[in-house]
Amino acid sequence: MSLLASTTTLLGKELRTEFRSRELLTTTIVFILVVLILFSFAISPTAEESREFGPGLLWLAILFAASLMLQPCFLREQNNDTLSSLRLAVSDPFAIFLAKLIANTLFLVLTEILMLPLFAAFYNIPILPQLHYLLLVLFLGSLGVSVAGTALSAISAQARMRELLLPLLLLPLLTPVLVVSATVSVSLLEREPVVQWKGIGFLAVFDLIFLTALWLFGEYLLEE
Amino acid sequence: MAKRIILGFVATLLVIAGAYAAFYIAPNERTMGVLQRIFYFHAATAWAGMDAFFICFVANLLYVWKRQPKYDWLGVTCAEVGLVCTTVVLITGPIWAKPAWGIWWTWDARLTSTFVLWLLYISYLLLRSLIEEPERRALLSALFGIFAYIDVPLVFFSIRWWRTQHPAPVVMGGPGSGLDPIMSRVFYFNVFVMHVFVLFLIVERYVLEKLRHDVDLLQREAEAQ
Amino acid sequence: MTSPSLSPTGLRFENIDKRYGGLFALRRVSLEIAPGECVVLAGRNGSGKTTLLRIAARIVRPTAGKLTFPGASSEAAGNGRPGYVAHSTMVYDELSAEENLVLFAKLQNVPQPEARAEELLQEVGLYDRRTSLVRTYSRGMRQRIAIARALIHRPSVLLFDEPATGLDPLGISWLANTLSEVSRSGCTIVMSLHGESEISPLATRAIRLDAGSVIADTQSGSSLRSILTFGGA
Repeated sequence: MSLLASTTTLLGKELRTEFRSRELLTTTIVFILVVLILFSFAISPTAEESREFGPGLLWLAILFAASLMLQPCFLREQNNDTLSSLRLAVSDPFAIFLAKLIANTLFLVLTEILMLPLFAAFYNIPILPQLHYLLLVLFLGSLGVSVAGTALSAISAQARMRELLLPLLLLPLLTPVLVVSATVSVSLLEREPVVQWKGIGFLAVFDLIFLTALWLFGEYLLEE
Repeated sequence: MAKRIILGFVATLLVIAGAYAAFYIAPNERTMGVLQRIFYFHAATAWAGMDAFFICFVANLLYVWKRQPKYDWLGVTCAEVGLVCTTVVLITGPIWAKPAWGIWWTWDARLTSTFVLWLLYISYLLLRSLIEEPERRALLSALFGIFAYIDVPLVFFSIRWWRTQHPAPVVMGGPGSGLDPIMSRVFYFNVFVMHVFVLFLIVERYVLEKLRHDVDLLQREAEAQ
Repeated sequence: MTSPSLSPTGLRFENIDKRYGGLFALRRVSLEIAPGECVVLAGRNGSGKTTLLRIAARIVRPTAGKLTFPGASSEAAGNGRPGYVAHSTMVYDELSAEENLVLFAKLQNVPQPEARAEELLQEVGLYDRRTSLVRTYSRGMRQRIAIARALIHRPSVLLFDEPATGLDPLGISWLANTLSEVSRSGCTIVMSLHGESEISPLATRAIRLDAGSVIADTQSGSSLRSILTFGGA
């Protein structure tokens, strides 16, 4: 079966599984909410400060949430050893990763879209004017988080202390995504918004580089 | 064995020579005085550390390709030695920066990348400690090592292009930035010295890793009896 | 139920080594299994049976040596890969039996996946529970869905790792019948067993492993009984 077809079939499985239980989505949404609220308890920003710090805090919350949300990604496949049956059935192992990272990106973006109105309300930042660009940055950043996170999740699933290990491996790796996404988001939400195309391009390059690395090395991540 | 002893001897002599050059041969820097001399050590160590990480990256690639244990030994060796160098860099940096600029730290591209690099390779070693089976450990840490290394330039450029809002002090200005010729020679000499010393460390650590592996093998065979 | 999609296929292990950190799980194992044979692998725990089966299933890479499938056709569904049944069901608990089978059928290019899934569900007697999540299944039912999954692409080679474990006598009877049918249709079967059971008579050949090496083979004269009961099995 071609890569595209396998990926689509597997993506269907990932989505069906998640939407049946909605465990990942609900816990991720609640987690981001809690983090955002805690942030505003820890620092009480002025209106100007909100604009400057808000987006950074949002991205931080997304990163923390993602490092938790991505743990079950490959852990689930250890139940009943379904990873083995997938490896047996699928012609190109990259399809397994592709399906999972697309699903993870979708879940993250969905969560972020649901969180945006609350974020705008808590931090008093109008998001509507630049919404389309904001969504673009959210998408590209979340894609980067997913690609790296899915790969690293395959690694941490095979080690001890995997719950603590994944954030530890993932968060330093995602520094570029955090820095660029936060900075670009801040400029988008300023009183005089600026679209930093260089930043958006950088995020796309990050995504491409890690996607390529995953394509080259993915099958080794699944080896037994 | 004899070669290792010679290497150790030579490395030690060179370090002494390098220190001498840094303290007595190099002229005093105009604005910062004696303290600036730590720069020779700091920058040279940083350079040698980066090269150690590069060797680690190559060893990781080779292991994934060939699956020979020696590449795994080389990988962990260079990661540890590189980490030691990076730790030294992160400590000597602030030691210099505080008296010179009045600040312990700044989030400029180079320092931040170094810090993230440090975190990544600590994670690399941590990952290794959490996987029991040798072949799994070698493969998974090699793969993580590869991902970590390709991330480094991305970290560097992301900070450089998006985090230099306030004019940051040029911490440890670039080696070629208008250095006095004697200073330049002392600098490059120390770079050479640190590379030889790091090579010595790598050799010793590699031998240790090989021994560790052999002992582990014997132990497992004995247990199986 | 199975009628292998294309040519009868055998297995050839050539000097297979599998090492885990210095310990040999398998040591220079060379075996030739002819198409259509029903081979039983016997041996104590840790003798290498599971490892050999997982290598045959291509889930585990051997440290050295070569594995080939003489007679395999690459146009077969699932790339001519063997069907594999192990201790775990290898299906998704959160999906229904039907959804699981359709998934694996589609991934392996089985023509008319929904129809094929339905056919197998009927064969293994799970048709009535096809829309229930696998999570709700009993041990016997789980074994059946695992077998259905392994057979979905009509493999020419079937690998079973201790198939009778945890089954009640009824389950074991059903399993023996199923295996017998599968074998009659020309499929090559390799299964590991712990000792004599209702299943062992199906074997056309038995091989004993110990500490990763082949120590006895009915092909070279040992008796089936001695292989299965050697050293207290």
